[in-house]
Order: sequence, then C-alpha cells, then structure tokens
Amino acid sequence: MTQSHPDAPSSSYSILKTRTLSVLVENSPGVLARVSSLFSRRGYNIDSLAVGPTENPNFSRMTIVINVEDHALEQVIAQLDKLINVISITELDPVVSVQRELLLVKVSTDEKTRSQVLETVQLFRAKVVDVAQDAVTIEATGNTEKISALLRVLEPFGILELIQSGLVAMSRGLKPGSISDVKK
Amino acid sequence: MGDTTKMTGASALVKALEASGVDVMFGIPGGAILPAYDPIFDSKIRHILVRHEQGAGHAATGYAQATGRVGVCIATSGPGATNLVTPLADAQMDSVPIVAITGQVASGAIGTDAFQEADIRGITMPVTKHSFLVTDPADIARSIAEAFHIASTGRPGAVLVDIAKDALQMSTEFNYPKSINLGGYHPKMDATPESIRDAAALIAQSKSPVLYVGGGAIKAEAHKELLKLAELTGAPVVTTLMARGVFPDSHPQHLGMPGMHGTVAAVTALQKADLLITLGARFDDRVTGKLSTFAPGAKVIHADIDPAEIGKNRRADVGLIGDLRLTIDALIPAIKNEFKKSQPDITAWVNQVNGWRSRFPLGYDQPTDGSVSPQYVIERIGKLSGPDSIYVAGVGQHQMWASQFISYEKPRTWLNSGGLGTMGYAVPAAMGAKVGAPDTTVWAIDGDGCFQMTNQELVTCALNNIPIKVAVINNESLGMVRQWQTLFYNERYSNTELHSKRIPDFAKLADAMGCVGLTCDSTADVDKTIAKAMEINDRPVVVDFSVHRDAMVWPMVAAGTSNDEIVNARSLAPIWDSQEL
Repeated sequence: MTQSHPDAPSSSYSILKTRTLSVLVENSPGVLARVSSLFSRRGYNIDSLAVGPTENPNFSRMTIVINVEDHALEQVIAQLDKLINVISITELDPVVSVQRELLLVKVSTDEKTRSQVLETVQLFRAKVVDVAQDAVTIEATGNTEKISALLRVLEPFGILELIQSGLVAMSRGLKPGSISDVKK
Repeated sequence: MGDTTKMTGASALVKALEASGVDVMFGIPGGAILPAYDPIFDSKIRHILVRHEQGAGHAATGYAQATGRVGVCIATSGPGATNLVTPLADAQMDSVPIVAITGQVASGAIGTDAFQEADIRGITMPVTKHSFLVTDPADIARSIAEAFHIASTGRPGAVLVDIAKDALQMSTEFNYPKSINLGGYHPKMDATPESIRDAAALIAQSKSPVLYVGGGAIKAEAHKELLKLAELTGAPVVTTLMARGVFPDSHPQHLGMPGMHGTVAAVTALQKADLLITLGARFDDRVTGKLSTFAPGAKVIHADIDPAEIGKNRRADVGLIGDLRLTIDALIPAIKNEFKKSQPDITAWVNQVNGWRSRFPLGYDQPTDGSVSPQYVIERIGKLSGPDSIYVAGVGQHQMWASQFISYEKPRTWLNSGGLGTMGYAVPAAMGAKVGAPDTTVWAIDGDGCFQMTNQELVTCALNNIPIKVAVINNESLGMVRQWQTLFYNERYSNTELHSKRIPDFAKLADAMGCVGLTCDSTADVDKTIAKAMEINDRPVVVDFSVHRDAMVWPMVAAGTSNDEIVNARSLAPIWDSQEL
C-alpha cells in the first residue's frame, strides 16, 4: 500500500486490513474505467473488483476488496466519492454482510484419489461440474475463508487450473447502500 | 423545459453555451468539430481563433482565474484534443473552472482508429473533474449544462465534453435542463455546527496560531471574510503561491508566501505554530517540505470544500468541509463567542514573528558586473504598474520572483500555474485574462524558456486587439533548473543554456508577430522601458529584459528536506536564538 503517508507526524499507525467496499455507481459508459483509473493513479491496490447489474437498470454495483490501513481507507472512500458517477459507498463488515466468491478449480485425479476428492467436495458443499479421465472440475461458492480452506485441501491432489471470481457482497437486513436510500 | 423546434446538434451546442452564459471561447476548428463552427459563425459568443490548442486551454484558464467565471476552449478531435491535455491537467491541479469542448469522429467510427481519432475522454480521465462523450444529439444541451455545473461548483475543475461529429450533424430538439440533478454529486456547502464549534474552541486555546491560506480562498471569493477573521484573531497570515493577493501584502499581519521559496517569517511561523488555521490550502509538498517535520507542534484546523483534502497529507484535528466563505462566516461569531469566555494573549507570538520578519526580509543582491538584476526588473514592473494590474507568470525563477517582489493587494491579480508547473502558461493565460478584464493592464512576467513554448499566441493577441504586455526575463537559460544544477549538480549545466540573448531576437520576433518589441539591458533604463511599455495600449508589447544569468531564488528549502533547514541565501541559514528553536 503506497498511499498511506509514512512520514505524516501525527497519523496513528494501524495494520493493513482487508476491506470490502460496496460501491453503487451509475450504469453509464466509462464508470469502470474511472474507478480503476482512480485506483491506479493514486496507488491503491485492488485485491478484487466485481461489477454487475442491480435491481435498477440505471445503477450497477461494484464490490471492491482492498488491503489498506484505516487512514488510507478514508482517503480511498473520499476520493471515490468525488467521482461524479459514484452514488454511494458502503464499507461492508464481514460480520453483518453476506460475502461470496465463486471458484472453479480443475483437480488432477486418478482411480485412487478420485473418491477422496469427491469426499472433499461434499464436505465443502461444493459441486462437481465436469469429470474427465484424469481430472474433475469443481465449482464452489463461499466466503474467502471457505474458498481458501477448500483450496488448501485440494492442493495436494494437484491443481491443474483455477479461476476465482471477485468477491460480491451485500449487507444483511436493510442497510444503507440500497438504491432506495440514495435517491435524493 | 424543451424547445420543440428542431435544430442540429451543433446549433443545440451553441445555444446551450449561450444559455450557460458563455461570452467568449478560445479555439481552433478542424474536421470533427466543423459542424459546430457553422452556428458559432452566427452566435453572439466571441470566438477567438488561437494558434495552438494549448493556447486555447491556458487562455480559458487565465480568463477563469481573472474573472471567476468558467473559461471555455474548443478543439477538434485527435491532435486538437490531445493538445488540450496539458491545459486540462493544469486547470484541474489548480482547481480552475474550465470546460473543453472537443469534436470526436462520427459515432460509428469510434474505436476503428479513424483519421484524427483519439480517445480523449480516456486520455483525460485522470486529469479532469469529469468528462462526457456525447453520441446522441439529444444529450448535447444537457451535457453542456452539467459540464458547467460540475466545473464551477464544489471544488472547481476541468471538464471535457467530447461530441461525436454525427451527433453535431443530426437533428434534435433543444433540451437545456432548468435544474441540474446529478445523483452522485452534491458538494457540501456548510460545515457542521459541531466542527465550527470545535474549530473556534481550538482557536481560543491557541497561543501561536497561523492562518495558512490557499487558493481556495480566492475560488470561494472569501477575501473580505478572511480579512475579518484575521483581524478578529490577530493571527499572522501566510498566503500560498495560489493565494497571493487574497490578503493584502501591505497588511501588518501578512508574512508573505510559505514554502520552498517562501519568506523566512512565513516558513518559520508555520514551523513554530501551535495551531494552523488552514483555509483552502492542501499541504502541498512545496509548502510542507518534508512532511514528517512540518509544523511538528501544531494542531490543524483544515477548511476545504473537498472532503478528500482533509487528512490527505496531514492529519486534521478539526475538518471544516464546506464553502470557505460560508465557513469563515460561521466561524467568526463562534470565535467571538469563545473569546468572550477567554481570549488568548498572542502578543508574545506576534512579536516573535515580527522579529523574524524584520530580521529576514526578502532581498536580493545587485550583480557586481553591471548586468541587470531580474528581481529588480520584476519589482519595478510591480511598482510602476501597481496593484490594480493583473500579473501572469510562467514557471521557474521569474515566477518565484514575481510572487515575492510584486505587492499584491487584491484577489485575482496574480495568475500562475502552481500545481502542474506548466512552462508556457504565461502568454496564453495573460491573453485570456485580458479578454476577461479588458480595462485592466495585464503583464505576463515570463522567462525566456517559457516564452519560447507558447509565444505564437501573441499573433492571436495582435489580431484580436488583446494588448497584453510581456516582460521576458531573459537570463538565456532554464534558470530554475540551472539553479538546481548550481546547488546540487556541481555546476554541471547539462542542457540548460538556451543562448536566448543571441537567438532568437525577441524584439524582432515580437515585431514580426504584430507587437511592439522593446529591449532593455541596463539598470538605468528599466523604469524608462517599463513606462514606454505602459504607454502602448493599442498593441501587445514584448520587452526583452536582458538580466544576470546567475541570480538565484532565495530563500530556499531544498526539495525533500525539512522547513527547519531554510536557507536565506546561499550558504546562509538564519541563525536562531536557541530559545526560538
């Protein structure tokens, strides 16, 4: 994280933390470019960014995961908020939000290991979506911890290929960040 | 709402510009923007045909800085648009409201690498406040209205409206919105009452406060309120490079400019203060020096309309987010209220600060070889032309001297490129300022390096009756870079010698461009030459002041070092009494 000002005299240091921002934006051309350009220009590192439609076709929602300290998070939010197409920004606390990512992973199997892999799939409530002679492809959804745990267990079998979506997240209950709250 | 008469997108554009209050714009036509130039021909808006799009952009900026209104420039697609990138970045860095209109290739050709196609919206995204790409003629008027709204409200900035050629050609109804409602844009005007109260309480506790005033005070038209606040608190005032003029230089509380080339008193007052009352300033590195050592004992009140500035570089104890004029207006009664309970005695502090000021005034040495001192030339221009004139500087030594040695008494009389540091800014910006303030004397104080970047706009000035005055402070080198080479690179003058006393002949060049060219190379002739330049008001004047090439800008805080290391003149750091440190 290059953004925090290391030589600011009175800033209290805090450790890097993973934060999830739910950003409601106008569904207009160039919005993704504006957001990514801002992150790039100001040296904020994005862990993941997922963007998709919302219940209202005029808006899209981005879920941005970043690794920053407290002070830098305030800056990220303040700078994002200056973008004209950004409607609202909410930091989602994992405790009071639902956070999910999607994993597709191709694991090497043979006759001996296939049953062990399938058992792991069941334990993690994942799904097998493709089976071949020497590999199975598994689909799993869950929060970051679950996905990491699954990958740790599958690793010894030999991961041939994997892809993960960015995190998407939503607050529990009716929380600020829903479109009805920001229509002014 | 709408005017149901059908018109072309181009006519809607011009009508929208008129509806937005535009009286002048600077530009150059070309293929993609050509449809717009047909209705421009009939419009009451004055279009000034410049010689380079960069000139159009800086002229719009100069116009905006001199008048407080939105400056407008217009160019075609591709190279016309990319030539606007520097002035857009320049205006955005200095929070100047400008709107740039560019033609774009026809919507069907976008993305095909068509002739004169450049993704100008993408290119300018990091250097504009906002940008539009319009491909539907029905969106033109609304986009223009929104562009002016965004450029001029909140923290002002640069806005680009890129319009596809076919959108200009197609027919549409004129839809200029009565009111603007942008979902994600609601600048906060009023600081919260709690923050006002907290700020007033800090001020009432401070024994050694400083008012640290930035360019935002000019943007907010807060000079009258600022004067009241200063006199209420009695606190010393420093004005940054972008704020020069917002507080009178003649005022006894004024310590001048802080920062890398600030006065010893201004720099030291910030270092020793227990409270910075920061008004529309942004803790730029040229002001703070090494940030970790800046004003180490000071609490910070930070007033700014841009929430992202609060705490960006320096943590604020109290952030006042809102329009600065309204903020000061609210702050004054709150402070009076606190002062009724207890008013701090800051006499000792004020005496100490005044001591620094009288011991370390700004000054310069006359060259011993009989050549002319550049500081003297600039000082005399300021004296003879007076505080009602507008002074526009390029970037470099002459800019620092113009900030230091001209006395500014009024806002919007000092224009320069502070944030981006754009060499070549002065001549086109002076042109824009003169267009905005035709009855005011406008001096461009330029360097010989800067002048050679954009002087072609003198042709524009000569042809359009824009009689600016240009003082070329000719030290035949890129002076500020040369100064750093002198100080930090063992006097190895790599590529900073311009030979501009030999080539070009600036007086002849001026003459060729329809201006009056004057030269001056002796101290005795400086006043006479300035007076002669002041008499000519029917044409632009260029004066080539041949000056001493080794003059340096002092005081100086070397880049990346602490403001405590300020050097008053070469190898001459102020000697402090131990109790002062």
